[in-house]
Amino acid sequence: MQDEPTPTELIKAVADFLRNEITPVIKGHNAFKLRVGINALDLVTRQLALEPDGDAAEAARLSQLLGMQGSLGELNRALADRIAKGEMDLQTPGLSDHLWQTTMDKLAVDQPNYASYKRELGDA
Amino acid sequence: MMEQELGRCVASWCSGATGVVGATKLSGGASQETWSFDIMHPRGHIGAILRRAPPGYGASPSRAAGLDAEATLMQLAHDAGLPSPRVMHVLTPDEELGAGFIMQRIEGETIARKILRDPQFAKARPVLARQLGKVAAGIHGLPASKLPELRHMTATREIADLEREYRSFDWPRPVFELALRWLRDHDPGPPQEVTLVHGDFRHGNLIIGPEGLRAVLDWELAHLGDPMEDLGWICVNSWRFGEIDRPVGGFGSREELFAGYQQAGRRVDPDRVKFWEVMGTLRWGVMCCGMMQRFRAGPDHSMERAMIGRRSSETEIDLFRLLAPRGK
Repeated sequence: MQDEPTPTELIKAVADFLRNEITPVIKGHNAFKLRVGINALDLVTRQLALEPDGDAAEAARLSQLLGMQGSLGELNRALADRIAKGEMDLQTPGLSDHLWQTTMDKLAVDQPNYASYKRELGDA
Repeated sequence: MMEQELGRCVASWCSGATGVVGATKLSGGASQETWSFDIMHPRGHIGAILRRAPPGYGASPSRAAGLDAEATLMQLAHDAGLPSPRVMHVLTPDEELGAGFIMQRIEGETIARKILRDPQFAKARPVLARQLGKVAAGIHGLPASKLPELRHMTATREIADLEREYRSFDWPRPVFELALRWLRDHDPGPPQEVTLVHGDFRHGNLIIGPEGLRAVLDWELAHLGDPMEDLGWICVNSWRFGEIDRPVGGFGSREELFAGYQQAGRRVDPDRVKFWEVMGTLRWGVMCCGMMQRFRAGPDHSMERAMIGRRSSETEIDLFRLLAPRGK
């Protein structure tokens, strides 16, 4: 068992330092790159928090939908394949709901401020 | 050094020019660069832009129109009275500056967030969609006989290109599969009229002033095809920068865009526009995935590229909102 603080706590501490202490003293293109870097760190902390539950739920939905077991990668490959072959589409019961949920879970990690996501959450 | 080289070049075609100052590289990948500089002249400085492939980089990517074609199109647009910079000079091999051209620099803003939020553009925002419609109509109306040689794209070929690129990543994405299927099912076939298509008609390539549109830039992706492609691309949600209820670039409505287009004497086909909006959304999504691939493969191992890779999910939610809106 590894010692603490946890990865999330460490990344948050670094991101807060960059945000609060470094951002005010950096200008020009490096200020833009710094913002991108802080965004990346924030994304990683969201992923660390949300990925385990999100992935488990996605895998369970996929297994049900496809009637098979496998890793998340294998299941998504199988689903993509069936859609490409025309065996499944938006009329397939459960497919649309599954992909909506999966997409929302991805946005919660990638870009929770994205306007379309906030609209679908009912926030804006 | 760049200023000396440019100074020698400028002296040969700009009478009275005494040199070049302020040469700054604005952007540049390995194969294409943009420079801004001032030509010193007794009547005052002249702002200029150099767009070039540096010496040793001749070939452009397969989708690119090529710098010679870009120069021709920009000058054609300018001569037709469309908002476009005047081309001042096309580079010749003896100048040893590479291939490309020098154009008039037009002052203004290209950054979407500023155009959509800054008070100085408050009067421009309500008129932009209509203006863009009119200008798109002007571009589509440029005489075919004067156009340079350009690739001819159809919806069918575009779907196939996009699918090939997506499959090359070997990165299965069910939402992209649904979008590809929708596109194949809704392929509108050849348009009534094949015209010049700008190919990248969106924020970043539009110079905006407080009064409105000042110039359309970057003809790199120009081709012959369905004119509705340009109207669909400008409506892609990725270019609304948060203003999702204003489909045209985050500043206007489709109705305004279409009205400007029709006022200029051309017909709009809203179903085709929607088809190209879906295509454009998927295209941007595939481009984001491509950024991830290039980030991983190097040589551009940058944070920015990595983070653009994480934006492909934005296009997935937008595709879903277009193809399977909830609660309807």
